Amino acid sequence: MARILMKGNEAIAEAALRAGAKHYFCYPITPQSEVAEYLARRIPEVGGVFLQGESEVAVGNMLFGAAATGKRVFTTSSSPGISLMQEAISYMAGAHLPAVIINIMRGGPGLGGILPAQSDYFQATKGGGHGDYRVLVLAPSTIQEAVDLTMLSFHLADKYRNPVSLIGDGMIGQMMEPVEFPEKYEEPELPPKDWAATGCKDRMPYIIKSLFLDPVALEKNSHLLQEKYERMKEEEVRFELYNVSSKIKILLIAYGTMARICQTVIDELKDDGVQVGLFRPISLFPFPEKQILKEVSRKNVEAVLTIEMSMGQMLEDVERAIFGAKPVHFYGRTGGVVPSPDEVKKQIHKLLSTDQGSRPRKRKA
Amino acid sequence: MTRNNRTIFERPEALYDVVTHYCPGCTHGVIHRLVAEAIDELGVREKTLGVAPVGCAVFVYNYIKTDFLEAPHGRAPALATGFKRLRPDMIVFTYQGDGDLASIGTAEIIHAANRGEKFTTIFVNNSIYGMTGGQMAPTTLPGQVATTCPMGRDVSLVGYPIRMAEMLATLKTPAYIERVASHTPRHIVHAKRAIKKAFTYQLEGKCFSLVEVLSTCPTNWGLTPAEATKWTEENAIPYFPLGLYKQPDEMESD
Ligand SMILES: Cc1ncc(C[n+]2csc(CCOP(=O)(O)OP(=O)(O)O)c2C)c(N)n1
Ligand code: SF4
Repeated sequence: MARILMKGNEAIAEAALRAGAKHYFCYPITPQSEVAEYLARRIPEVGGVFLQGESEVAVGNMLFGAAATGKRVFTTSSSPGISLMQEAISYMAGAHLPAVIINIMRGGPGLGGILPAQSDYFQATKGGGHGDYRVLVLAPSTIQEAVDLTMLSFHLADKYRNPVSLIGDGMIGQMMEPVEFPEKYEEPELPPKDWAATGCKDRMPYIIKSLFLDPVALEKNSHLLQEKYERMKEEEVRFELYNVSSKIKILLIAYGTMARICQTVIDELKDDGVQVGLFRPISLFPFPEKQILKEVSRKNVEAVLTIEMSMGQMLEDVERAIFGAKPVHFYGRTGGVVPSPDEVKKQIHKLLSTDQGSRPRKRKA
Repeated sequence: MTRNNRTIFERPEALYDVVTHYCPGCTHGVIHRLVAEAIDELGVREKTLGVAPVGCAVFVYNYIKTDFLEAPHGRAPALATGFKRLRPDMIVFTYQGDGDLASIGTAEIIHAANRGEKFTTIFVNNSIYGMTGGQMAPTTLPGQVATTCPMGRDVSLVGYPIRMAEMLATLKTPAYIERVASHTPRHIVHAKRAIKKAFTYQLEGKCFSLVEVLSTCPTNWGLTPAEATKWTEENAIPYFPLGLYKQPDEMESD
C-alpha cells in the first residue's frame, strides 16, 4: 500500500480498525479528540460500535463490559481522563480481560496543560489503579511506529488477556507524517477465546470477576497475574539502539518523542566529531532492564543521561536497571515544554567536560 | 398419592440449588427468584448475561445460573452498555442496590437510561447500605437511623431521599419504569409481573427497562423480619409510592 500523510491521532484510529478492533468508547479530551472524530465516521463503515460515554469513568467500564464479549475493544484519552479509567483498568486486570487503552499524554498534575508531556510514566507502568497488577505499556516515537504498535497492542492484549496501554505524548497525536498500513494485517495465531461471556449454552455459566474474599484464592489470582508479567518480561521487551558503539562515552536513554529529538542531537554531534549513543525503550513495561545494563556495561560508556519530558520518572527504572554501575544523569522539561536539540546538546557537552565519577548526580529541570 | 400428581411449584432452572447467604427476612433472595423465573419463562437463560453490583448482592452469580460480570461499585450500567452494544442478540440485566445505583452510580444509570440502552435493571431499594453495615444511603428515609446518621437522617443537612424511578421517568427517551415491593405475597406477585414485563420489553428490543423493588434489610434496620415487613408498609411505601412510572408506548409530547 502507498504511503499516505496522516495525523498521528487519525493514524492510530485507522491502525486499530486494521487490527480488527472495531469497537470504541470515548470521552472528548485534548490532545486526542481527533481519534474519536475520525472513528465516528469510520466505525459505521466497518460495522462496529462507536459510543461516546458520559465520563471516562463510564467509558472505562463500558470497555470492561465490551471486553467480556471477547471482541477487540479500545479507548483513547489523555492524562486526566486516563486517571478516571484506572478503576476499570484495575478490574479488567484482575478479571484477566484484554483491552487497549491509548493515552496521548498532556502535562499534569491536575488539569495541567494540553501540550505534550511524558509525565504519566509512573501511572502507566506501575499499575495506576489499586492492587497488584501491571499493564503492558508501549511507547512509539514516530507515527509509523504508532501505527505498528497500535496493531501489536491488540495482539498482546489477547495473548496475555491483560490491558495494554500505548502511551504517546501530544506530539505523536498531533504531528503529521507519511505512514504505510500493511496490505493485509497478519499476526501469529492466538488461542481461542473460550473465556468470553457468550451465554451458557452447552456449558456452565461463566463468572468474570475480581472478588475473592478468601485470601488464599486472591493470592492465587495475583500469582496468575504475576506469571503473565514474568512471561512478558521474557517475551515482550522491545527497544532500539541508535549509534551505540565502542566510540561513545555517553549513552542517552529516552523514549517516544524525546528519543526522536535525541536522534537529531546525535546526528548533529556526529558532524562535530562527538559520538553519543541512544537506548530507546519501546516497551516501558516490561522495561528493558537487562538490555540497558548490557549497553551501559560497555567499557567505553562513562555515563548515562536520561532525558524525559517529565521531572524524572523513567529515570527510576533506569537507575534500578543500572544499579550504580555507572553514573546516571538526568535532564527533563515538563508541563508541555519540549526540550530542544540545543538544550540536550548543552547537557551532553557539560557532561563531557566534567569528571563523571566524582560528581554526585544532579537533577536538572 | 393420587395418580395425577402435578408439579405446581419447583426451583427455576435459572437458580442454583444452594444455601442462601442472605440474612433471615432479607428479600434479596425473593427478588433473585423472580428474576430467575422470568428468565426461565422467557426461555433466555442460555443467552443471558447478568451484571452483579457491589453490595450484598455481589454474590447474585452464586444463585442465578447465567453468565455474569462483576462490576465496580455503581458501574453495572456502563458494563451492561458496553456488553449489550456488542451483543444486541443477548439479554443483559444489571442487579443493583440503592447505594450502588442511587449514589456512586447515579451518573451511569441516568445516562444508560437516557441513551435508551436495551438492557434491564433490577434496582433493589432497601433504604440503607447493607453490605458495609448499615450506613446512610441516598434513599434512607427522613428521620431513619443509620450508623452514619445515628440521630436519624436530618434532611436539613443531607437533603431528602432520592426517588430514582420518578427521576428517571422524567427523561424523554422511551423506557419502562415501575416501582414494586417484595415484602408480602401480593407484592411479590406484582413484582414478578413487572420484572417479566421488563425482560419482555428488552427481548422485543424496545427500550431500557428498570424495575425498582422495595426490599427489606432487617439486619441493618434493627428489626425482626416481621417488623421489617411492617416498616416497609408504613414507612417505605408512603415515601416511595408503588406504581408504573413510564411506559415505552406513551405518547411523548414536547
Ligand atoms: C468504590 C467503592 N466504594 C465503596 C465500596 C464499599 N461498599 C461495598 S458495598 C457498599 C454499599 C452497598 O449498598 P447497597 O448498594 O445499598 O446494597 P445492599 O448491600 O444494601 O444490597 C459499599 C459502599 C466499594 N466496594 N467500592
Ligand atoms: S445486610 Fe441487609 S441487604 Fe444484606 S443480606 Fe442482610 S438483610 Fe439483606
